[in-house]
Amino acid sequence: MAAFATGATRSLPQRGPAPGLRFFIYAVLALTLMVLDQRGGWLERVRYGLQAAAYPLQLAMNSPSAAWNWTRKIFEARDALQVENARLREANRTLRMANLRTAALEQENAALRGLRTRLPGLVDQWLPGEVIGTETTTLRQRLVVDRGAANGVFKGQAVLANEGLLGQTLRVGPWSTEVILVTDPEHAVPVQVVRNGLRTLAVGSGDPETLTLPYLPIQSDIKEGDLLVTSGLGGVFPQGYPVARVAQVRRDGTSPLAQVRATPLAALDRDRIVSFVWFRDTHPAGPAPRADAPRGGDPALKPLATPPAPAPPPALAPVAPIVTPASAPAASTAVSAAPAAAVPPASLPTTTVPPASVPAVSKTSTPPAGTRP
Amino acid sequence: MSLRHSEPRGAMLLTALGALALHLLPLPDVLGIFRPAFVVLCVVYWSLNAPRAGGIALGFITGLALDVFKGAVLGQYALATSLIAYVTIRQHLLMRNKPVFEQTLFVVVMLLLWEVVIWAIDGWTGQASAGLGRWVHVATGALCWLPITLALGRTHSAR
Repeated sequence: MAAFATGATRSLPQRGPAPGLRFFIYAVLALTLMVLDQRGGWLERVRYGLQAAAYPLQLAMNSPSAAWNWTRKIFEARDALQVENARLREANRTLRMANLRTAALEQENAALRGLRTRLPGLVDQWLPGEVIGTETTTLRQRLVVDRGAANGVFKGQAVLANEGLLGQTLRVGPWSTEVILVTDPEHAVPVQVVRNGLRTLAVGSGDPETLTLPYLPIQSDIKEGDLLVTSGLGGVFPQGYPVARVAQVRRDGTSPLAQVRATPLAALDRDRIVSFVWFRDTHPAGPAPRADAPRGGDPALKPLATPPAPAPPPALAPVAPIVTPASAPAASTAVSAAPAAAVPPASLPTTTVPPASVPAVSKTSTPPAGTRP
Repeated sequence: MSLRHSEPRGAMLLTALGALALHLLPLPDVLGIFRPAFVVLCVVYWSLNAPRAGGIALGFITGLALDVFKGAVLGQYALATSLIAYVTIRQHLLMRNKPVFEQTLFVVVMLLLWEVVIWAIDGWTGQASAGLGRWVHVATGALCWLPITLALGRTHSAR
């Protein structure tokens, strides 16, 4: 072999093309990859394959902490287990009580919405997964979870923790999935203040303890301790899941916007078990369709005529028939009973149609609420 | 006359895997800042001491692995790491027999170069720029160079 004969220059990298040319080839390859990757879906398949190849190493890297957890579990003392068991029993009892109440509330809500039968649950299916990799830097707040396309996980799926919203799936490999956390600087989640329904966006800050709400005008009604829940807009998250609690509101005269910080409820950098959730699209609280989805409201929805019934005195009307039915005069009950019978048919469309139409309608009217700077 | 020392490919692959694992092992945020870029140190070591074993391909492949694991733009770390491999291979005759202190200086330059390339690509792809935290690993990496040369030196026969 000719190459072996040049023993004196053995360690010189003279086999094949010169290093400069090789580096040039690799650099061009890397740049091409970058451009393709930035240009959208060109490399989805490549990434899918690479993620599959990376999975064993990810598992291996997770093994020290997994092994540590395992050994700790084995050596956990019996009484500690008993204490935990008692605590879990207690928690379970509380949750079941709360759940009973939830069922009643759901029933009541369904009745209020004019639906004859109870609505199916919002959550269709859910799948717990274990975190096998984390990256919590100021640039990226990501998790890798050991569930993937083989388990039915899809891109843009909501990921929850026990305490609140965690994020959504970003890249789905065959057996693992990259989850972008709500605190990633590239992530924004449409939220709503529970107290008054004020809608805005919560943008990640790169710090696992902080979300920022950068689009609230200085006079908007928000204060420390407000609970933020998902607003259901945006097409990924359903309505009403807790996201964060407002930690700090600063209003200074120099900026037209309030500086609001919130603390996520989920322990983003500490949770080891997360849940992928499938929602029923038909549920009224399900994720609103995206603006670019090919559907434009409900054609059956028409403007409604104002109810013709004479309006009873506003202060008395709701109170009279319910609280003091006996003491109210007969004429008054007759008047207020008539609208009660007459109004529902007229107002039913507005209450029953919402599954499709309320998000669409509110989408067009969203910005003025709070998102316009 | 044949190669008396065959290229230490096996040791190189194993240590590269180990370096990847150390580089990516989940760590708390505060510790993560101080973690040296083990992959770069490993690539520099092998490019200095066995430039033909892996060559620039070692840098490219380990960099690509970093891309996949970190969820970065595909090619970002691959470009930076293959650049490091290239520069080191070009300089390996000069640097290989220098005292450890001078080698450490060289490693500092390489780590800085690596981080600059990644920083630049972060900027071009519209990622928010981090503060000074991203440069801390250059110092810790330099401190780690001596132990790493000693440790990796035992994995293959001296040349």
